[in-house]
Amino acid sequence: MASIIQQLINGLTLGSIYGLIAIGYTMVYGIIGMINFAHGDIYMVSAFIAVTCFTLLAAAGISSVPLALLIVLAVTVAFTSVFGWSVERTAYRPLRGSTRLAPLISSIGMSIFLQNMVQVTQGARVKSIPPIITGGIDLFTRDGFNVHLAYSQIIIVMVTVALMAVFTWLITQTSFGRQQRACEQDRTMAMLLGIDVDRTISLTFMIGAALAAVAGVLVTVYYGVIDFYIGFGAGIKAFTAAVLGGIGSLPGAMLGGLVIGLIEAFWAAYLSAEYKDVATFSILILVLMFRPNGLLGRPEVEKV
Amino acid sequence: MRFGGLTAIDELSFAAPVRQITSIIGPNGAGKTTLFNCITGFYRPSAGSIVLAHPVRGSLRLETLESHRVAREAQVLRTFQNTRLFPKMTVLENMIVAQHNALQAASFFSLAGLFKLRRYRLAEKQALEQAMSWLQRLKLLEFANIAAGVLPYGTQRRVEIGRAMCADPVLLCLDEPAAGLNPRESAELNDLLLELSRESGISVLLIEHDMNVVMKISDHIVVLNYGRKIAEGAPLLVRKDPHVVKAYLGEEDFQEQRA
Repeated sequence: MASIIQQLINGLTLGSIYGLIAIGYTMVYGIIGMINFAHGDIYMVSAFIAVTCFTLLAAAGISSVPLALLIVLAVTVAFTSVFGWSVERTAYRPLRGSTRLAPLISSIGMSIFLQNMVQVTQGARVKSIPPIITGGIDLFTRDGFNVHLAYSQIIIVMVTVALMAVFTWLITQTSFGRQQRACEQDRTMAMLLGIDVDRTISLTFMIGAALAAVAGVLVTVYYGVIDFYIGFGAGIKAFTAAVLGGIGSLPGAMLGGLVIGLIEAFWAAYLSAEYKDVATFSILILVLMFRPNGLLGRPEVEKV
Repeated sequence: MRFGGLTAIDELSFAAPVRQITSIIGPNGAGKTTLFNCITGFYRPSAGSIVLAHPVRGSLRLETLESHRVAREAQVLRTFQNTRLFPKMTVLENMIVAQHNALQAASFFSLAGLFKLRRYRLAEKQALEQAMSWLQRLKLLEFANIAAGVLPYGTQRRVEIGRAMCADPVLLCLDEPAAGLNPRESAELNDLLLELSRESGISVLLIEHDMNVVMKISDHIVVLNYGRKIAEGAPLLVRKDPHVVKAYLGEEDFQEQRA
């Protein structure tokens, strides 16, 4: 019982991070119908920016944890959004209006480029920072098993919930959100109503990157260890989450992220920690086979 | 306008005056929709120019503007033969999204929206009022919060016209607005279009196959065939023009009719 609750906590933490990354996949798919395979690497880049930033702040002698965390979040989000923007501008926009496959291949190229860029400039070795948020609450002990809730886990879940709320509000209530949805539903018509479609797409990439950046900062805080290859695994898992939730659906991405996080945590605890990735990928295959529209996705009706 | 070796529109010139309904008619493939695509910035004409006398911004060369600026700055709006509403948005949202100009300017790209600045709130309120007044006028109030995609065809048509009107057009291009409407709906549409063109001080360009509609509400008719203008003038004149009769009925029928 105690162990189940512990895995629930771990799974929700992990799932929050996957959910944040998954939104980037689902939004981009929604608006231009492509899977941005470089998105996982954008997340990886953000983790490196976060580590650099934490190190610099430590060197500058800023010891207040909340202050440091806020500064790192702001800087990382800003830089990563610029990365997201540049990736779209250089690798995808020139290919708009070309075949559907072209930007997809371009995004794989961009993913390899980002990985290599970080490997060359930052080194291939693992980078680590000392734990920033330490401690936690021991909830209860039963059958000799101690249920521990780390402060970093509380922060991760709280930040995720707050961001999801702001993000949902942004998409459903604001003028930008309406334009974003308009472009998603009919890009040509949006243009003919005077909406700057290119700019809306750029902003979509920037928002996706900003959410991935928050995930990157949270992961740095949680694990404290990163390398140039973390984008691949996290990216594929978040992509699975987006597909599971129904690609194109925003609540689906959040739900999918949580489900994947929970499954991974439970699988690792009760079946096999080495084979936890097998669980994720099996889900991807099963969803694609039996429910290709995902949990919350609606079947796409092709209009003739 | 040329597509490869095919010339879709050639040496066409006409004017669409303010407060008037100018109809474009012609057989299928005459180039009517291509013409709309050129005017609204969807295609860029290979030669020639399209000039809009904008009441505030002066004369604008539409073919030089970026696609989305044709609607944003020149305020040229259009509707489609098979309606193109945003199906998953409510009718009200469809009306408001067309007014993003004012909203966007006031919101500093939604940042102000986050902090609910006064100017943004005001712009938002005005957009809502504008949308509601058009909904009321087009008898669409009861559908305001329904997803546009599930409405019946005739209703979607009205929503589409309302959405274009919300964007405050100077030139309104309607592509077969009466297609698929029943006689009663079609008559209501006639009244609406006449009202709009007379009251709002806009120019209306109309593509329509239903000759009852065309003859009843047009001030001026331009007839196209194979991308060229074959006749132009008031409804009564155009109707009797031998070129027009020929294009519509074919050579033999025309001779029979004369005989």
